[in-house]
Amino acid sequence: MTTTSPVEKAGGATAQYVDKRIGSNKFLSRNLGKVFPDHWSFMLGEIALYSFIVVLLTGVFLTLWFKPSMVEVVYDGSYVPLQGIKMSEAYASALDISFDVRGGMLLRQMHHWAALIFVAAMAVHMFRVFFTGAFRKPREFNWLIGVGLTTLGLLAGFSGYSLPDDLLSGTGLQIARGIMQAAPIVGTWAAFLLFGGEFPGTDFISRLYSVHILLIPGLILGLVTAHLMLVWTQKHTQFPGPGRTNDNVVGYPLLPVYMAKAGGFFFIVFGIIALVGGLVTINPIWIFGPFTPDQVSAGSQPDWYIGFLDGALRMMPNWESSFWGITISWNIIIPAMILPGLMFTALGLYPFLESWLTGDKREHNLLDRPRNAPVRTGIGVMAITFYALLWVGGANDIIATAFDLSINSIIWFLRVSIFILPPIAFVVTKRICLGLQRRDRDKLLHGYESGRVLRLPHGEFIEVHQPLSAKDLAVITAKTDVAPLPAPEKADADGVRNKHYRIGTLRHRLSTAFFGDNVARPTDAEIEAGQHHAEHDAALEAPLHEYEDADQISPGRGGALHHPGMAETNAEQMDERSQH
Amino acid sequence: MKFLAARRRSPLVASALLIGALATVGGGYAVIAAVQPAQAAITVGSETQVEAGRQLYLEGCSSCHGLEAQGTQSGPTLIGVGAAAVDFQVSSGRMPLAAPGAQAPAVAATYNEEQVAALAAYIGSLAPGPAIPTAEQYDYANADAAIGGELFRINCSQCHQAAGQGGALTQGKYAPNLMAAEPREIYMAMLTGPQSMPVFSDAQLDTESKQHIIKYVMTLQESSNPGGLSLGRLGPVTEGVFLVTAVFAALIAAAVWIGIKSR
Repeated sequence: MTTTSPVEKAGGATAQYVDKRIGSNKFLSRNLGKVFPDHWSFMLGEIALYSFIVVLLTGVFLTLWFKPSMVEVVYDGSYVPLQGIKMSEAYASALDISFDVRGGMLLRQMHHWAALIFVAAMAVHMFRVFFTGAFRKPREFNWLIGVGLTTLGLLAGFSGYSLPDDLLSGTGLQIARGIMQAAPIVGTWAAFLLFGGEFPGTDFISRLYSVHILLIPGLILGLVTAHLMLVWTQKHTQFPGPGRTNDNVVGYPLLPVYMAKAGGFFFIVFGIIALVGGLVTINPIWIFGPFTPDQVSAGSQPDWYIGFLDGALRMMPNWESSFWGITISWNIIIPAMILPGLMFTALGLYPFLESWLTGDKREHNLLDRPRNAPVRTGIGVMAITFYALLWVGGANDIIATAFDLSINSIIWFLRVSIFILPPIAFVVTKRICLGLQRRDRDKLLHGYESGRVLRLPHGEFIEVHQPLSAKDLAVITAKTDVAPLPAPEKADADGVRNKHYRIGTLRHRLSTAFFGDNVARPTDAEIEAGQHHAEHDAALEAPLHEYEDADQISPGRGGALHHPGMAETNAEQMDERSQH
Repeated sequence: MKFLAARRRSPLVASALLIGALATVGGGYAVIAAVQPAQAAITVGSETQVEAGRQLYLEGCSSCHGLEAQGTQSGPTLIGVGAAAVDFQVSSGRMPLAAPGAQAPAVAATYNEEQVAALAAYIGSLAPGPAIPTAEQYDYANADAAIGGELFRINCSQCHQAAGQGGALTQGKYAPNLMAAEPREIYMAMLTGPQSMPVFSDAQLDTESKQHIIKYVMTLQESSNPGGLSLGRLGPVTEGVFLVTAVFAALIAAAVWIGIKSR
């Protein structure tokens, strides 16, 4: 017989009440028990989601006080060094939020930090998805949604950075407008259309405001929903391990485990953002002062996620050409339009490209270990290196003053290394991956090196190899060998020309480059023999375990075993003997 | 008197009077014009001080700036730079130059106050130039930080950065950090335009404007950071570094911690 507590009764009644009206029980019983695999790196996307929630919450607070208006006012708030200065209402209200609204500074700083964390968490999440091959079939669309979210994250951030109308945000807008104007033929028209006339004009802040608080967050919310629904229906990928296959999900149910974990993690992320927002200054607009087009500050930089674009602009040589009275500013078009266009296109297309060149059309629910796809991992590290160099370029003046370097030397270093370092990073990463693969193979064939050297009775020294644990064995043997696509025949047996010969040869070459260097996984028989051998090794060591189990090794007996109750010293021993 | 009275109607009188008048005006002007710069130089120091400065100059400066301060290939002429320029460069340790480089760094001063004054007096005596400002000139007690802020953003922040943290110029040159600069130093820098800095003469920024700017720099130096830890007031770069190091270390540590809990 079961007893029901009043709480359970009340809960049941409520659930009944709701279920009768919206039919929620069926949905909940089907979904609350859903199993998710567990790994810390699966929580990186959660950081992005939670920081986005913080951005929304703090953003709503800010809209209550922020005035997106370019009307000129005279500041009379409590920040003394700006009192009496003429400025836009937008900047004045941003100052008021910082100094005169209770809790305003904290929430403004939390909003900005959370926005930076949001974009950074998306990037780190993307690294995880990329390096583990989680974007492979059937998850290519979700990868595309992710790329879309990242792009929107950049736009959301930049539009917010530009809103307070301080000197830094105005400088950023001026550069954005300059980039827009560099577009051949349409550039000037587009810039005038968007800004409603000459820069800075009076319309732009209010236009940007609706983009920042309505359009972009709405799109992000929609895409986040689609992103999560796809994770839900496609189920989460998992790392290889004991009992984990391509067709199951090993983990914990949503209720109660993940509800508690995710809920707890939300509050940790929220807490860290609140802590940083309360303790660390971000975007001190009061120091930058109000924007006017005739002023600029040294060390004007965009927020980190736009830094790569700024760096590309700073690194680009000053190339321009002129045709029929139209100036083509290659110095802007290449770094600020073509480059980001190529970067994001490559990012979006990568899953399709990889599946095309590898001919891999299988479903993948089991993640790759990065070492098992050396070319992909190499490409990823190459891209990160490229991005990081652009990033350094964006901070070149700060680096120059901080490390007593010449800004010109930094730029020339970057102009050269942007072409040299990424390929080096690719080769080094690939070699490291292949080395790790060989090590895995070695572990399978000989067990792992215990680090203990044993001298055998006949004088030989060996290092004891131990058999792998079930977990290690499962993780390493999950690697599957994929043969590169075969080289196509020029003509079939009947002499009919192969129409796809050229493209087939290209795919053959690319897939050979992708898989060709992989270290072959040993056969099951070899693995078993290897593990058996390791067991044998370990067995040789068995007598030594007596030493380990012994109480201590007696110093007086040349290292003889000592068990509790035995004599400690020679004197004691003599004593013992004389008693017998 | 008879002599004059008898000849006052002579036809030569008009010419003589004209020549006399011209000579008086012209000569008087020449004397005044010659005296004025001399006054500016003389206010700098006495004869003995100038002589002492000349000795110091010949020992420590002439190898680059020339025996007559006329300048050589390794140093510019100092004729007309004024006593203020000497005071700024020497008392901040920028001169004498410790080693050739993109720019003279401010290091510990080689000369003491008395020697600096002597050097300044000597260079000041060579030709007119900006004199060392009086304490009154750089007294910013009645200046307005808000006006100073605006002037600072128009004239200074493109090199010295909005918060006065300094910034990079081309070929290893730089605009120094102003967070330890003293009012007198700032005033003299504006007056003389050392190194890559332009001169802000009284025609561009009058004494009052300079005082406003000094007030604003002092405000920046003294102000606390209402937002918390300042990260060097360098803007998005240090914020980004803090983000990817400290903040992400904390977030990922939390994720790993929660991940470990399940094992």
